[in-house]
Amino acid sequence: MAQENGRRRLALISSKGTLDWGYPPFILASAAGAMDWEVAIFFTFYGLPLLKKKLDAAVSPVGNPAMPMKMPFGPEGLQKINWQIPNLLMSNVPGFESVATNLMKKTFKKKGVATVEELREMCAEMDVRMIGCQMTMDVFGFKKEEFIDECEIGGAATFLEYAADADVSLFI
Amino acid sequence: MADHSVTKTLDCSGLLCPMPVVKTNKAMKELQVGDILEMKATDPGAMPDMEAWARQTNHELLEAIDEGDEHYRFIIKKTH
Repeated sequence: MAQENGRRRLALISSKGTLDWGYPPFILASAAGAMDWEVAIFFTFYGLPLLKKKLDAAVSPVGNPAMPMKMPFGPEGLQKINWQIPNLLMSNVPGFESVATNLMKKTFKKKGVATVEELREMCAEMDVRMIGCQMTMDVFGFKKEEFIDECEIGGAATFLEYAADADVSLFI
Repeated sequence: MADHSVTKTLDCSGLLCPMPVVKTNKAMKELQVGDILEMKATDPGAMPDMEAWARQTNHELLEAIDEGDEHYRFIIKKTH
């Protein structure tokens, strides 16, 4: 299936705003854009802060029990080890989230993964529609001015109308 | 391997998904129909991804070469 203009269409819902969960929607959207697909991402609930001008997405190991923690530097043997750290321990160590966030950012950079900001910029360049959820803005007290200029504001109906004709729809 | 006269070379070495396809598509937009783009990558995922990209965009993937040691080379012809 394709749109009348011959292009395929991808409709994504981004519902989680941690650094790790911020990646999948922007990676999929930019890859689809690179294949000349039409793309829209609906940012709702905890996904909405991914539209903020200054991203402060962090990693939360809590609730991700399978998350491997790896050292981004040091001897190669040590870098390959998955440090299994119990959630209970992590949530009780002050500053653990910023440590985990820095570890992930360093590892990603070293491996050649673009930052979430870079991926978001590329999405904007490729005219990916980024729709912020009005209801979430009202509930959590966000203002349109806090978000990047490229985004638009809408609700469930706005997204569903777009998704109705999508070839691929994913909830992330 | 046929000898293609390459119009432009794009080096995506050291970049991971989705950068090779994103940069390739961007580079294609700056070329003329019939031009040939050579793209170099080190991401093993670029092999299946570039094939999928070519099918989706209808550009012609003339060569997809595994040069060994995680080095890949793609020769693409702009068709539209």
